[in-house]
Amino acid sequence: MKHLLSVDDLGADGINEVMRLSDSFVEVSERAIPKVPALRGKTVVSLFYEDSTRTRLSFETAAKRLSADTMTFSVSSSSVNKGESLRDTVETIEAMGIDAVVVRHKSSGVPWRIASWVKASVINAGDGWHQHPTQALLDCYTIRSRKGDLGGLRIAIVGDIMHSRVARSDVDAFAALGADVLLVAPPTLLPASLDGWPVKVTHSLDEVIGDLDVIYLLRIQRERMSEALLPSLREYRAMYGLTAERLRALRRDALVMHPGPMNRGVEIDAEAAEDERSVITAQVSNGVAVRMAVLYLLLGSGADLVAPVGEL
Amino acid sequence: MNGHALVIRGGEVVDHRGRRTADVAIRAGTITAVEAGIDAGPGVQVLDATGCIVAPGLVDLHTHLREPGGEAAETVETGSRAAARGGYTAVVAMPNTDPPIDSAAVARQVLELGRQALCDVAVAGAITVGREGTHLAPMAELAELGVRIFTDDGSGVQDARLMRRALQYALALGVTLAQHCEDESLAAGGQMHEGTWSSKLGMPGIPAEAEELMVMRDIALVRLTGAPVHFLHLSTAGSLAMVRAAKEQGLPVTAEVAPHHFTLTDAQAESFDPVFKVNPPLRTTDDVAAVKRGLVDGVVDAIATDHAPHTQEAKERPWDEAPPGMLGLETALAVAVTELELPIERLLALLSWQPARVAGLSEHGGPLAPGRPANVTVIDPAARWTVHPEGLSSRARNTPYAGRTLTGRVRHTVLRGEPVVVGSEAQR
Repeated sequence: MKHLLSVDDLGADGINEVMRLSDSFVEVSERAIPKVPALRGKTVVSLFYEDSTRTRLSFETAAKRLSADTMTFSVSSSSVNKGESLRDTVETIEAMGIDAVVVRHKSSGVPWRIASWVKASVINAGDGWHQHPTQALLDCYTIRSRKGDLGGLRIAIVGDIMHSRVARSDVDAFAALGADVLLVAPPTLLPASLDGWPVKVTHSLDEVIGDLDVIYLLRIQRERMSEALLPSLREYRAMYGLTAERLRALRRDALVMHPGPMNRGVEIDAEAAEDERSVITAQVSNGVAVRMAVLYLLLGSGADLVAPVGEL
Repeated sequence: MNGHALVIRGGEVVDHRGRRTADVAIRAGTITAVEAGIDAGPGVQVLDATGCIVAPGLVDLHTHLREPGGEAAETVETGSRAAARGGYTAVVAMPNTDPPIDSAAVARQVLELGRQALCDVAVAGAITVGREGTHLAPMAELAELGVRIFTDDGSGVQDARLMRRALQYALALGVTLAQHCEDESLAAGGQMHEGTWSSKLGMPGIPAEAEELMVMRDIALVRLTGAPVHFLHLSTAGSLAMVRAAKEQGLPVTAEVAPHHFTLTDAQAESFDPVFKVNPPLRTTDDVAAVKRGLVDGVVDAIATDHAPHTQEAKERPWDEAPPGMLGLETALAVAVTELELPIERLLALLSWQPARVAGLSEHGGPLAPGRPANVTVIDPAARWTVHPEGLSSRARNTPYAGRTLTGRVRHTVLRGEPVVVGSEAQR
């Protein structure tokens, strides 16, 4: 595989391969020196056109633990502010000799365009409302590490599906692994058409909450109010928030997930975020191992997977 | 070209009067004879039309020539060269230039540039000052310069009262208002057709209803005022159904569709290549079928290109930052021949004499008869060719048909007796 642009690039087999590799890299991450030489001599650039400190740090940590050289292209302090085009920027970076570029952009599709212009591998770290494949992979990994297998699990994704790249990637990944995916949202926050989506839809969280294996809450952005998509955050919380009261209806073995950053008191109450069923912190820590797996899959040669640094 | 004489030999002449095998003799910009076996004589240029259709020059109701203001993408000269190679002898230049064509001064400038062009350039004037939708442009002043079509194309007139007033005012001038139908509040932020693909690709959608609401409103305003409206680039099944009903009621409405709306669908957005970004957006397969049906059953009056050149730089931006629009002049005829199962007479009606009538261009659209202005195109209907962006005459390269092999090619174009295209190549 050359690029990781969407979950569809992987399919069920690819996702499972990433899961297996991630197991090895979780083990590496637990070592005193959490570093392997697998990508020594490779250069990974993070090109973030949209602020996302957590995703960028997760990728850079993953690359460093694989002994890759990392570069950060910070858009705010770069020639982009002087009007340089996307293509010129990307071709300039490639001319420096790179093996992979990790891209985050507010516009859907930008990683596809970059992949058509460069020889390096392109990893989509989130494009517009479209895809965020490594988030889906770390979500799958987190669920799998608690539940063993996603097959037959009832997973609800709750909230702003329309504007969410996390939702689009998670739907594809969860469904590929055999889960029953349920979208829970007011009609204003659903995509115009769900034709072909392997999901069921409900507008009532209360009707389904007692029956879920996983509840996945999406962040609600304040500008949705000005777009007449919601009357108020208060009303959203009352209808769709994982409140302390709803938490009681959730099964004891259910998982609470959120891609972060959270709006506490809106889509998730503090009690829910800190409940023992919450795996939100595990999502973040698994993110590094899963991104190591992705980088290894795209750039690694195969032999030196988890040998400690210095043993080769 | 005064005194220049030529004979178009060996083709089949097709105009709204019918089809016959004949040569066409031209002198001093005028057709002098249309009959079999014309003897060229010394000093007369002969254009070979063997196996070809000899037709009135094509007329494009919807061309963005970008001058003034957008010369990096197109000029009157380069756009007219593209038009000539596409078989057009006249185009209507849209007024969304910078500055817009909302004053006699800018209209004169474009008309002046048009006099040196490789096709006739008619000018559409803006309906409102600055195309801002608030004050009427000096329509009478523009009409005096020969402007026959007014539009704020690029956007629609949002205010119903203002549109009503513009229609009433147009009645007295005998001009036609042309509407880009798009309700901006419903379309706001949209990047492509709203539907299965926009949902999957995570892009804000433009529902078909954003177009249809304005078609519906304008039909009501036509009924109210009695003034004619020409609907630009209709793209949805619903729009065409409403125009069909309006025509059945005898209302003075006309409609055009663009080639890309009967050939391409919203699925093209999957590439995220903004060469497929256009407004109105590419729609669904059902809409494509409805547009084709409208062409076949006569609800649609014209195929118009909406030729919209953009620089490579602009079309390499991320989809949502790239401007909408695609080239059309050099491919429209071939796309129509390739994609539509219509006899050539019907295609030429849609590409030549019907749009000439809508635009009020009496010197174009035929018939090919002695005494008529020699605006002629010669089409090889069987020639196959592959679209190479770098081979186009437009200054821009944003054709959605790059790499496609099409059937039907313009061999020669004659503008007022001057052979501006010979053997598919522009002569200046």
